[in-house]
Amino acid sequence: MTTPERADDAATITPYPDGPLIVRGDFQILAPDGEPLPAGRKTVALCRCGVSSIKPFCDGTHKLVKFRTEGD
Amino acid sequence: MTATMHAHKAPDSNAVFPMTPRGPLSAELMTLLSSTPDGTDPTTGLALAIESALDAAASITRDEDIQLSLFILYGLHYGSFASVSADWEWQPSLVAARTALERAFEAELRSTIAVPELPQPTRDAVAQTLSALTSAEGGPSLSRYVASKATAEQLGEFLIQRSIYTLREADPHSWAIPRLTGRVKAALVEIQTDEYGGGRVARMHSEIFATTMRSYGLDARYGHYLPDVPAITLASLNVMSMFGLNRRLRGAIVGHLAAFEMTSSIPNGLYARGFRRLGHGTEVTAYFDEHVAADAVHEQIAAHDLAGALAEDQPELLGDILFGAAACLEVDGWAGNHMLESWTAGRSSLRVDQ
Repeated sequence: MTTPERADDAATITPYPDGPLIVRGDFQILAPDGEPLPAGRKTVALCRCGVSSIKPFCDGTHKLVKFRTEGD
Repeated sequence: MTATMHAHKAPDSNAVFPMTPRGPLSAELMTLLSSTPDGTDPTTGLALAIESALDAAASITRDEDIQLSLFILYGLHYGSFASVSADWEWQPSLVAARTALERAFEAELRSTIAVPELPQPTRDAVAQTLSALTSAEGGPSLSRYVASKATAEQLGEFLIQRSIYTLREADPHSWAIPRLTGRVKAALVEIQTDEYGGGRVARMHSEIFATTMRSYGLDARYGHYLPDVPAITLASLNVMSMFGLNRRLRGAIVGHLAAFEMTSSIPNGLYARGFRRLGHGTEVTAYFDEHVAADAVHEQIAAHDLAGALAEDQPELLGDILFGAAACLEVDGWAGNHMLESWTAGRSSLRVDQ
């Protein structure tokens, strides 16, 4: 968005405590080569702890490594 | 049978129900519901059958006759049995029957299931309590067994046991949508939209599961395996239906969904691994793969935006939110343990319909 007015469907990114980044709205995820990565759903969770086996998406494994985000 | 005492003409019950009764109460219900309502309310026979079924049950959660009866009564609302007249749905004696069974079932669950100490009714505190509750180590694990040990036959049983809920996946929690308001309703709808495939029927989780069943050589018609599943499997769905269909228990259905979603991604990854281990491809594993990614999203929304926000908006529901979460973990744990214990003892987890 180039204007301060945000469209209703503009993308939002929410860091959830001790968890992933939840992305909503109108977004597209691209591979490094620029090819779109299918998200498969309207709201996605992006890995923030680094141990997901389906990166860039979250697979819930942050719980097993006790990922903490205190200080966010 | 007591069909004659309420003067309903009862055809062969096998034409209407795919299973045989599991005791006097389910027999009474199946005979009654195989007829067409004639305007009279068949209270007496049913009320007596319920009284003696409740008296006779050592555990309501594990009683075959009672859990099948509850499943049949909820089936009136879901439309689980295509040949049963829809006119039975709000018949006062049937609503009374369901309510009587539910009160006893709920009382048993509340007296046997430990609920964590209530946190402050804030989003973060409730999400943290749910996180601690759902990550507690639970002993032997069905998902680890499926990943590394289960045989082809046991994986088939696993799909059969799961089919009772999963071919109707998300439906019990959807009853709660009109009972919630504002941001909590929006959070539930955000989850349920994904459960129903975002409007694409082929992406509906229940449809993906049907594809998995058919690809495994199983019958995906709803209720086909009803005769084969024990009370504890029916209880797992009946808990959700009870929480979902009773507005007073809306806190419990929200807590149930939160616990369900928060214990889903990692086990589903292990289930997928079990099916791959025996050589199955994405036509079978797609359902489990989908749930790894989907429920990693849903669990965040469910813990914070749904359960946490509901506790903040309606603090009086906090106790029920945690009760619903604990009930989900306990009852589904019992159902999982039934499979695990049967298999490790060299038995089938399915029952033989008499």
